[in-house]
Amino acid sequence: MIAGPLQLLAPDGTVPAGEAVDAYADYRMDAAQLLAAYRFMVSARAADEWAFSLHRQGRLHTYAPSTGQEANSVGSIMALRQDDWFVQSYRELGGLMARGVPLSNYFLYWLGYEAGNDNEVDEFHLMPVAIPIASQLPHAVGLAQAERYLGTDRLAIGFIGDGGTSEGDFHEAMNFAGVWKAPVIIFVQNNQYAISLPRSRQTASNTIAEKAGAYGMRGVQVDGNDVTAVFAATAEAAEIVRSGGLPTLIEGVTYRVAAHTTSDDPNRYREIDEVAAWKNRDPIVRLQKLLRSRGLASEEELQASIEEARQHARDEFDRVEASAAPALEEGFQHLYAELPPLLQAQLSERRRLQERTGK
Amino acid sequence: MSAANLVTSVNAGLAVALESDERVVMYGQDIGRNGGVFQATAGLQERFGERRVFDVPLAESGIVGTAIGMAVAGLRPVVEMQFSGFVYPAFNQIVSHVARLRNRTRGSMSLPMVIRMPYGGAVRALEHHSESMEAIFAHVPGLKVVIPSTPHDAKGLLLAAVRDPDPVIFMEPKRLYHSPQQEIPEGDYELPLGQARVVQEGDAVTVIGYGGQMRDIRAAAAHLKRQDIAIEVIDLRTIYPFDQETVVESVRKTGRLLVVHEGPRSFGVGAEIVSFATEEAFMYLDAPPRRLTGTDTIIPLPASEHFYFMQPEHIVDAVLELIET
Ligand SMILES: Cc1ncc(C[n+]2csc(CCOP(=O)(O)OP(=O)(O)O)c2C)c(N)n1
Repeated sequence: MIAGPLQLLAPDGTVPAGEAVDAYADYRMDAAQLLAAYRFMVSARAADEWAFSLHRQGRLHTYAPSTGQEANSVGSIMALRQDDWFVQSYRELGGLMARGVPLSNYFLYWLGYEAGNDNEVDEFHLMPVAIPIASQLPHAVGLAQAERYLGTDRLAIGFIGDGGTSEGDFHEAMNFAGVWKAPVIIFVQNNQYAISLPRSRQTASNTIAEKAGAYGMRGVQVDGNDVTAVFAATAEAAEIVRSGGLPTLIEGVTYRVAAHTTSDDPNRYREIDEVAAWKNRDPIVRLQKLLRSRGLASEEELQASIEEARQHARDEFDRVEASAAPALEEGFQHLYAELPPLLQAQLSERRRLQERTGK
Repeated sequence: MSAANLVTSVNAGLAVALESDERVVMYGQDIGRNGGVFQATAGLQERFGERRVFDVPLAESGIVGTAIGMAVAGLRPVVEMQFSGFVYPAFNQIVSHVARLRNRTRGSMSLPMVIRMPYGGAVRALEHHSESMEAIFAHVPGLKVVIPSTPHDAKGLLLAAVRDPDPVIFMEPKRLYHSPQQEIPEGDYELPLGQARVVQEGDAVTVIGYGGQMRDIRAAAAHLKRQDIAIEVIDLRTIYPFDQETVVESVRKTGRLLVVHEGPRSFGVGAEIVSFATEEAFMYLDAPPRRLTGTDTIIPLPASEHFYFMQPEHIVDAVLELIET
């Protein structure tokens, strides 16, 4: 393991020299990938900021923002194939953008419409939002192992927060992954907080990445605000696990710049200076510096992308906000392949009540 | 036909499941080389190989959680919990994901998987090895809960469970694992989930049970027959979704209802059956329905466990009282 988080792009937008950088030469993002990463990251940021302000306007319920964490999410998903399994928790908006999931579905979900979960499995290979912390990780390991059984070369990536690493399912998933040598990548979005609890009180371990060793996994710590490092570490891990090598834990060190959710007030538990320091390490700003210095985009083009993303977020939200009211029947659909008579009776009773009361 | 007891019929069903579908995989604790602590999977690893029948680390949440991933990817995992008393570490996976995934993905994903577990008491077992907590699972929308009580039913219901498009909790009454053998079909057969079986027709009282207490109910029925009392005995077989039609038809016919089960009484399966029958057959009832169940107490250690479980004598007594009212 490399000492200190892997960094291939410094906060000032320069590419550091040294062994670490050379070692990842094969996993460098090309111009098109850098530009795509920028688009995905600004799409996520714009949607996130818009969602936050929609909440203040009373147009959106509780919302979990991902501002500041876009590099982890976008870099890792971009390094994988569209048919690799994407097992999310609830803060991977950047990754969803990179997968091509329509923003309209994302907004629908957070607006409370069941239809927001209409993401075709064959198109996105995406598991639904998993709110019980860490419970999604064993799914990633099972998906990966099943793909091996079926003889494909697909892998699975499972996301989890730093808080989630304290849960039993984190341990069980890693343990199964190691024992099976499953083609799986576990990606820890270390954003320094689990609601109010700082990373230092979540585990006494020096890094989260080093936990991997005890499970017979590889562990890599990356600068999670450096999209190129996240991409490189994930691409390397993908190559390794696809060819039967050790499953990999990637710890992306980043920061939850916004509140935990719209119901949270982070000023109760952290200093404004700390937040400011991390804002200076913004992953989007860092990428902008690289794009400019490489001559891949002008300032105007960079700003135009942001404007475009903001407009898109507004348009998509307006479109779904006017969604038709859901039907009573919806809750009964997709519960079982076939609705048992006992539930048909419950549905009929609800219909009757609705007819009698208008409610 | 061949002779089987309940555990060998489970074994035979698992073998047919593996044989007939390459997507079926089985795993759990000590189920491979050791064949399972009750020998339910004896010989399966030898026959089908370690790729399809294997042991995994001692971690129930990991077992069920990975099975979810496997089912989404297109396999049909059949996982074993060594005892139902140790399913609780996996409870979060079962309640939060197994039961919900089809619904949460609007039918885009489904979980054809079976979670098997020996359950129930009256075998003088250690602590945590005697409980009947089927009501907990039956209370979770999105699950199916199946409990066989005979070798014939065990194999047929198990095969139907493995092939069901939705997740099934399959609870095996361990006190009946080695009950007398029965002739069961050699090959492949399925018995539909959600259908109860009328074990004995009668018009005196409807007695509904399932799993471990069926043997006691049958013994009581035989005893009553000698006194010329014909009770109607129903083996529920599927706890959720239970066969409302068979229940209500029988209660309308007999006008008297007794439900027998091992699990604690309050909010139990009997509570649901009795309220349902009362709602649907109130005018036909000649006596208040009764429940003979476990009490809302912790199952005692072996020396006093006989106080907990219902015996045939208790069932006979309750039937006679019901007839008198
Ligand atoms: C099992 C469980 N316990 C508690 C919660 C409530 N909760 C929601 S998010 C959260 C903190 C999670 O922190 P972390 O894993 O670091 O992820 P982050 O929210 O920072 O992305 C808690 C305690 C939950 N969702 N699930």
